[in-house]
Amino acid sequence: MQKARKVLALVGNHAVAYAVKQAKPQVLAVFPITPQTTMLEKLAEYIAEGELKAELVKIESEHSAMATIFGAAVAGARVFTATSSQGLLYMTEMIYWVGGARVPLVAAVATRAIAAPWSILDDHHDFVSKRDAIWIQMMAENVQDAYDLTLMAFRISEYPNLLLPVMMGFDGFILTHTMERLEVLNDEEVDEFLPPRKFNLIDFEDPVSIGQVADSSEYIKYRYSAMKAMENAKSVIEEVSKEYSKLVGRNVPGLVEDFMCDDADYAIVAMGAWSGDVREAVRRLRGEGIKSCLLKVKTFRPFPKELIRKYLSEKKAVLVMDRAYSYGLGGVLASEVKSAMYGLQVPVYNFVAGLGGQDVRPTVIVDMAKKLHEGTLQEEVWLV
Amino acid sequence: MTEALRLDNARFLRGNAACPGCPIPKELDTLLSVMGKRTVLVVPASCTSVILGDTRGTPSTVPVIHSAMAASAAIASGVERALRARGEKDFNVVVWAGDGATGDIGFATLSGAAERNENILYVCYDNEAFMNTGIQRSSLTPYGAWTTTTPEGKREFKKPLPLVMMQHRIPYVATASIGYIFDYEQKLRKAKDVKGFRYIHLLSPCPPGWRYDSSLTVEVAKLAVDTGIWPLFEVENGEFRLTSVSKTHLDKSRRKPVEAYLKLQGRFKNLTQEQVQEIQRMIDEMWEEIKALLKK
Amino acid sequence: MIEVPEYSVPLARPKLGSAGKTGFWRTSRPVIDYQKCTKCRLCVIYCVENTIDLMPDMYPRIDYDYCKGCGVCSNVCPHEAITMEPEVK
Repeated sequence: MQKARKVLALVGNHAVAYAVKQAKPQVLAVFPITPQTTMLEKLAEYIAEGELKAELVKIESEHSAMATIFGAAVAGARVFTATSSQGLLYMTEMIYWVGGARVPLVAAVATRAIAAPWSILDDHHDFVSKRDAIWIQMMAENVQDAYDLTLMAFRISEYPNLLLPVMMGFDGFILTHTMERLEVLNDEEVDEFLPPRKFNLIDFEDPVSIGQVADSSEYIKYRYSAMKAMENAKSVIEEVSKEYSKLVGRNVPGLVEDFMCDDADYAIVAMGAWSGDVREAVRRLRGEGIKSCLLKVKTFRPFPKELIRKYLSEKKAVLVMDRAYSYGLGGVLASEVKSAMYGLQVPVYNFVAGLGGQDVRPTVIVDMAKKLHEGTLQEEVWLV
Repeated sequence: MTEALRLDNARFLRGNAACPGCPIPKELDTLLSVMGKRTVLVVPASCTSVILGDTRGTPSTVPVIHSAMAASAAIASGVERALRARGEKDFNVVVWAGDGATGDIGFATLSGAAERNENILYVCYDNEAFMNTGIQRSSLTPYGAWTTTTPEGKREFKKPLPLVMMQHRIPYVATASIGYIFDYEQKLRKAKDVKGFRYIHLLSPCPPGWRYDSSLTVEVAKLAVDTGIWPLFEVENGEFRLTSVSKTHLDKSRRKPVEAYLKLQGRFKNLTQEQVQEIQRMIDEMWEEIKALLKK
Repeated sequence: MIEVPEYSVPLARPKLGSAGKTGFWRTSRPVIDYQKCTKCRLCVIYCVENTIDLMPDMYPRIDYDYCKGCGVCSNVCPHEAITMEPEVK
């Protein structure tokens, strides 16, 4: 008879720390940055109290944090780091290094707006700016999701022969510092879900040099192979999500999640914590007879363009919510959705909001959707 | 054809991409023969990154991890902790970095790893400029030297990295020169057995960068020591001592005049008499500081 | 054994002559006069390319497949037993 699972009330940072503790990494290197700091402190506490047997390197910068866990991962350890905004940007060089070298590891990003101007509050610019670095990127909707996603991230990155690092994103302050109810797995269940890591590149009997110069006839072959792996990752993510869903007895989506999209006229596409607000808005709109739905993008990279196209192709119109913007083009998610829908005759609207921690309530989303329904919505709307 | 004597240690294979006269292959071969095959090399962007070949083959017979230029000491920290965590014993993690990656772009990383006393050996091979990108000055370029970014001669002085590392209170700091290869080898042997952060700063002359005929590499490296501009010393748990011929150089008359060293190198050919005297004066001053360090 | 899918992790294994037969680089070649050689081994020790081998009889032998002709051996030999001669094909 299975041991009953614990139900806890934790803030997002502590939920992720709890999952990391259960994943039993061996080397951590984390540099503090708001709003991730309480996660780092919790991990240090676990180690000090013997609950987590790991080396926590008190690293001197984020660039070095990613470098340290890269070195440890190459040498066979399960590793973890977490960062945000400025820190994520500072470690960008090493993020590309890890992706290009196809070294599996897991990093958590508490999303936060990027300076200048200074802001410690939430938006998605930091997270989406890493989209071409050959990393799997997935975002959580709530604290339960952040916990689940952390465990799945380790599993996905260590999937045999996939060789891709995974970045799990969760909204700064909105999830990191908000306490929510979550059910955690038993330690034994996590041990079974995450068997010991096999990936290792240091063998003194078979010495290799990693990260060699690749000349102009070879380099593109590595990128082509990475492209194939990222395509393959789409099915791996679905497979791992199904396995995890079965384990926890809840539906834990993989690439995307559709909420009421079967008979909907309008789809609202969103990523991250405000997907929850969209859910609430959809319920209210349905109550007023407007058949809307939420299409949540859970996996941002590899971009699940086939699925998105499939879910949106029959809709009257689509409203994409963006917390990151690409100047001259449009919201980042909207531009990618439009690209996935190329050739279809479905109009795509873009709502840009929530930058720098701006509060976006379900009433605002309901408003936008109503305007869309009435035909008075502009193609791109900013909440200013 | 008679077989050569086999030396069964790890080696650095011949037929690599180093310039003729470049001492790096010999420096690495010496390092590997002392450290043995249970060694991981971490190599940041530098001449060695290219000498290590491409995806078709590498001259190193031990595992190598290439590193972004600023990251090597951090990567090495991770490697060492991971190998230890997985139960490996008797292995060496060695950073092999140029002066640019050490004193400039990777300086914070170096200082961080030293402050944490990571159990790694950090060898800085100093060719006194960003050589791999075509001879641009670094903080380790000496006063008066020509580089493409200091065509009138560098105005600033050479950053005293070995002394900075000594101030970090790490268990072992040493300087070395490929011109005194047995001293270099001895220091490697000693460093191998020390636990904690060890730092060896190796003077590594560069024929195209220092502007001298490729045959003079060893002679130039010897003269650097013989003129006293590059003293050979080691600091073991805070105790400073001179090594090799540098032991005899406290007496100024035993040091060759610095012109003997400068005149062999095209990078110093435009020095004025005043500048040469300034350099000689700085050397003499440095040896007074060394006297003070010895008294402690 | 390190086993990764082809073209995944960019890596290479040890290879003699990773830059080819670098002997082709020479414009002058070192020649040892074994009559003058005293087997002091300084050329073996200081050859920056690790391209001079020590034979069982303790004489040095230059590996001309890879010798780049830099001249360091000639410079360090204390008995002027190594001369640099033009490399002609």
